[in-house]
Amino acid sequence: MKMIKTDKLTYEYIRRDDDGNVEGITTAVDNVSLDVDAGEFIAILGHNGSGKSTLAKHINAILNPTHGTVWVDGKDTSDEANLWDIRQTAGMVFQNPDNQIIGQVVEEDVGFGPENIGIPTRQIWERVEESLRAVGMYEYRKYSPNKLSGGQKQRVSIAGVLAMHPKCIVLDEPTAMLDPNGRKEVIRAVRALNDVEKITVVLITHYMEETIHADRVFVMDRGKIAMEGAPREVFSQVDKLKELRLDVPQVTLLAYELQKRGLQLPNGILTVQELTQELSRILAERERK
Amino acid sequence: MAILLDHVNYIYNEDTPMAAHVLKDICLEIPDGQFVGVIGHTGSGKSTLMQHFNGLLRATSGHIYYNGEDIYKDDYDMKKLRSKVGLVFQYPEHQLFEIDVFSDVCFGPRNLGLDKRETELRAYDALRRVGLEDELFYQSPFDLSGGQKRRVAIAGVLAMKPDVLILDEPTAGLDPKGRDEILQQVKKLQTETGMTILLVSHSMEDVAEYVDRILVMNRGSVLFDDTPRNVFAHYRELEEVGLAAPQVTYILNELRNNGLDVDTSAITTKEAADEIMKLF
Amino acid sequence: MLRDITLGQFYPTESCIHRLDPRVKLGGTMLYIISLFCFKNAAGYLLAALFLALVVRLSKVPFRFMVKGMKSILFLLLITVGFNLFLTPGTPLVSLWKLQITREGIILAATMAVRLSLLIIGSSVMTLTTTPNHLTDGMEKMLRPLKIFRLPVHEVAMMMSIALRFIPILLEETDRIMKAQIARGADFESGNLFKRAKAMVPLLVPLFISAFRRANDLAMAMEARCYRGGEGRTKMKPLLYTRADYLAYGVLVFYMVFSITAGRNTFYVLPWK
Repeated sequence: MKMIKTDKLTYEYIRRDDDGNVEGITTAVDNVSLDVDAGEFIAILGHNGSGKSTLAKHINAILNPTHGTVWVDGKDTSDEANLWDIRQTAGMVFQNPDNQIIGQVVEEDVGFGPENIGIPTRQIWERVEESLRAVGMYEYRKYSPNKLSGGQKQRVSIAGVLAMHPKCIVLDEPTAMLDPNGRKEVIRAVRALNDVEKITVVLITHYMEETIHADRVFVMDRGKIAMEGAPREVFSQVDKLKELRLDVPQVTLLAYELQKRGLQLPNGILTVQELTQELSRILAERERK
Repeated sequence: MAILLDHVNYIYNEDTPMAAHVLKDICLEIPDGQFVGVIGHTGSGKSTLMQHFNGLLRATSGHIYYNGEDIYKDDYDMKKLRSKVGLVFQYPEHQLFEIDVFSDVCFGPRNLGLDKRETELRAYDALRRVGLEDELFYQSPFDLSGGQKRRVAIAGVLAMKPDVLILDEPTAGLDPKGRDEILQQVKKLQTETGMTILLVSHSMEDVAEYVDRILVMNRGSVLFDDTPRNVFAHYRELEEVGLAAPQVTYILNELRNNGLDVDTSAITTKEAADEIMKLF
Repeated sequence: MLRDITLGQFYPTESCIHRLDPRVKLGGTMLYIISLFCFKNAAGYLLAALFLALVVRLSKVPFRFMVKGMKSILFLLLITVGFNLFLTPGTPLVSLWKLQITREGIILAATMAVRLSLLIIGSSVMTLTTTPNHLTDGMEKMLRPLKIFRLPVHEVAMMMSIALRFIPILLEETDRIMKAQIARGADFESGNLFKRAKAMVPLLVPLFISAFRRANDLAMAMEARCYRGGEGRTKMKPLLYTRADYLAYGVLVFYMVFSITAGRNTFYVLPWK
């Protein structure tokens, strides 16, 4: 069974002017069909306004499709009876670290989810401890969230979702408001969830370099899926990505530039090591000739 | 004539148990017309430093001179300083409040006591300078996209006709294309008007190709202060304090360490590609 | 600057008073205040002061923190004392121009000063030793019986704790918005009342918009974490009475009986009454 499956998912909303008259209809997500297997790490890329966040909100049943269907762990999200099951199965982390922490102490915030689903007190404490350890925030359990950095706050939010024992976590631009250090921290925690805890991860972002470890990358534009594939396949299409208002890591761009000037480099180079190795290889071959 | 900082210290919450030494003995000179990138991560003191330039924060000790005058002198006109040294904060949401874009941009010049005609002329000019389309002038600023809001916020300060423009992380939260558009617009503004610009960012890669000079802040002190090329030469030390030089710096240095004869000072992909092609 | 205002000014340390159940502290404070209004002689106040001194000592909160709380109401205290001192009719002792100080006035003023000081120190012991969170928990549980009157006790407590979490964030935001507008030449300080009220618009509009956006985000985040009101919810930190709490209740009852008997008994009335 697929962890997430969408079939011809379309989401429209009606725009109104100040007097409440209909101005027009905006299609935020347009006929999207995709599957995510259990244990996969997928990334959804797209510029601001491409519909990627709207798509994400369907997985947690915050939004319901106008047309089409979304199944999470086999359950239809538009069926009211499945609502709380789905929200427990697919946890969600949002963009603004300040606006999703409810507790005044880190551990109390992580316990908020389990409290809501009626977990007995002793087990809440166990879950809080293991979740905080999983994101490396256990030492901060007694802190006030206001004293933490952005990256630390986002890790607390991830722990808060983790404590509900979800099968899948959707992260909606969790790094957009963070500095480079905070971004690294959060991405490291997300990768650990997938590698160690085997949780299905859907990461939504506009930073390319955060997606190079994903199993599959989807690029969205105007509500549709414009590109899809392994990171290497997607990143090799530098021109197309630029058209979609995205950019590629500087190494990939440099490799692409060198290819254009006639060097025989493989497509979609993602790291500094890969590129230097390839360049050294070509030079060594030349010398042999 | 330039801005001069002479042994500026700033201690937050002085005389309390929570006292923090945020700026440590900063000495700087910013000549007219320079484009300076100020880099550092959260808590490095870069934003605090910027708020000293227009007197929003007052140094605990030390002096700041603007055009040769000590801004801490008793009779110094702070209001005038704030119109000459314009500061745009990170989130445009913190300053936009009027019913439409044009009135919002008029707020600054109106506070200077200018008449209606001059206010509107300046607002119009400022909006043109940041590249905002005319049809957006009478829209609510809250309906704009992130990049457009950013432009309106910058125009709101530009309309005061400052000689120095300070932008605190103007690209935060924008997508890559939006980021490039804002940076190009700022560069254009600088070449056209010859203003002094200080641009705060936490990404070296983003600002490297636009600025004349990079100021790296770390824990309240200036760690490096030089041209981008010379600053990136210290890529190892930058790494130690958790800041990264552009990826091309790493590639070229890696190649050089492998015994290849390359010049490692390139900062853009084009320059790096030229350098690497010399090997073949 | 603004972010350092700690609400309810909790003083973090380990003490037996800190560990007490918030319900004991809430109830105890209320009883203590009632006792202060029952006394008719100095002995009662003396006992109340001794009892308070003991509690303060046990709480390990430095006394100067208590006095700090007094500073903010010093003005109020002075007015009350002043009124009582000069405006109580009775046997005149000193006459100053049109005002006269009477014997009764001195006694009444002294009583008021002592009563108010004890009241304030007494309630600050509660806020200094209880986290705001614990306090809302305690209130929620104490007010639970009101649920039968359909009062949304859980919801109100949740709102209070969310407000407490967001106050420092919004204060910091206010500070930033103010700076952003000052940088655009805004002036929040000069002019008459009308002008100043008008100057607040550029501050209040962004603040309200931001607060609404935060509220919206927060509601979505809470729903995503399966929040659906107080029904069927468990507690991570449930309030449970321990032996120390029962002991504290015992001490309280003892104090009440003893001090009120002593305080109302005319036998102890001091010579001046």
